[in-house]
Amino acid sequence: MNLLPQTPSQTVGPYFAYGLVALQYGYPFASVAGREVAAAHTPGELIILEGRVFDGAGAPISDALVEIWQADASGKYPVAPAANEFTGFGRFGTGTAAGNVFQFQTIKPGAVSGQAQHISLIVFMRGLLSHVYTRLYFTDEATANAADPVLNSVPAGRRGTLLAERVAGPGLPTYRFDIRMQGEDETVFFDL
Amino acid sequence: MSAENQLLTPDAAYRPRDWAVHPAYVVPGYRSTELRAPSQKLIPLKHTLSELTGPVYGASHVGPFDHDLTRNGRVNGEPIGERIVVAGRVLDQHGQPLPHTLIELWQANAAGRYVHKIDQHDAPLDPNFFGGGRVLTDGDGWYKFMTIKPGAYPWGNHPNAWRPQHIHLSLFGPNITTRLVTQLYFPGDPLLEYDPIFLGTPPAGRGLLISKFDLSLTEPDFALGYRFDIVLRGSDATPFETR
Repeated sequence: MNLLPQTPSQTVGPYFAYGLVALQYGYPFASVAGREVAAAHTPGELIILEGRVFDGAGAPISDALVEIWQADASGKYPVAPAANEFTGFGRFGTGTAAGNVFQFQTIKPGAVSGQAQHISLIVFMRGLLSHVYTRLYFTDEATANAADPVLNSVPAGRRGTLLAERVAGPGLPTYRFDIRMQGEDETVFFDL
Repeated sequence: MSAENQLLTPDAAYRPRDWAVHPAYVVPGYRSTELRAPSQKLIPLKHTLSELTGPVYGASHVGPFDHDLTRNGRVNGEPIGERIVVAGRVLDQHGQPLPHTLIELWQANAAGRYVHKIDQHDAPLDPNFFGGGRVLTDGDGWYKFMTIKPGAYPWGNHPNAWRPQHIHLSLFGPNITTRLVTQLYFPGDPLLEYDPIFLGTPPAGRGLLISKFDLSLTEPDFALGYRFDIVLRGSDATPFETR
């Protein structure tokens, strides 16, 4: 049977904010997703996830859109959650916070069917005609990481680009995950 | 979708992105790709539950005028410009319609100016046009929205660079492998042959990005109609009815 051709991807461009993350940028239009993936009452460990997206010259990118998708604390992916429930999905543009940081409030996911705890990321930006996929793992889950089939498919020297580091500080536990589009520590992007 | 996907066997998977139609990361004429395109090869990832699930949005996420950009930004009158209807179907590669799937859209106004604060193009904002919207496909995968035909606008990529008229569209589909952000163009636009973003698409994909004028979608005495079908990645498995 003949398959229909896929509709090609195009760049999100520099002006996506009022369409995709309007509230974050102060536009009067509801957003389907944003910084808060989980609330204080969500079962699990509430965490902050933050980082920056760097270009090949080492400059932070101010017009990237980062999306995350993850399981809940028991390793289950949400299906059509009700309002105020854990959504598993977050979206943040790098144009509003100091230093072009992206940030999410979520819970640390549980392990998903034979894999270490991880979060899937999709990244869009001006200058990127097709989006990129990557994954985030946690440095403090070394045993699970060592057995993870996806991490193990990555050349050992590049696995570190997929690890989020827990950083000390006041407030909620915070994990830092920077994304590098190019360069020596170029983040691993997946063909999925 | 996700309810079904959580039951998929571990070897179920979605078809790969077809790089014969999707743009490569490095596009020589599009300057911003130089420092932003990944330089290393993508690493293959066999789909797991993490890839075969995704966010689900429904009617509660779409406001009453979100599908009508001629109404959702009104302050003291109607927006200026040529009203158009854009409609089509969202399908997977097997031709199966994707019902109740969310499409998000954003665009410039009739003068080629975006509401976005960083757009400094010397063209007027329209107080009655916002330019962002969203729509859900119906049970047969059809969508339809009303808007103002966007204007072309200059950009700094190269001397005298102009973007062809376009509307940005964002779709989720059944899971994160089907995620798509694309742009809809208009037939006969003379700027297409000069646009490095459109031309960054392989020749086999370009025609798929151009909407078709469709008299049957036209609302007589009110708005012209354009048809734009969207095809998302399909399952690798032979499709069968599960509903």
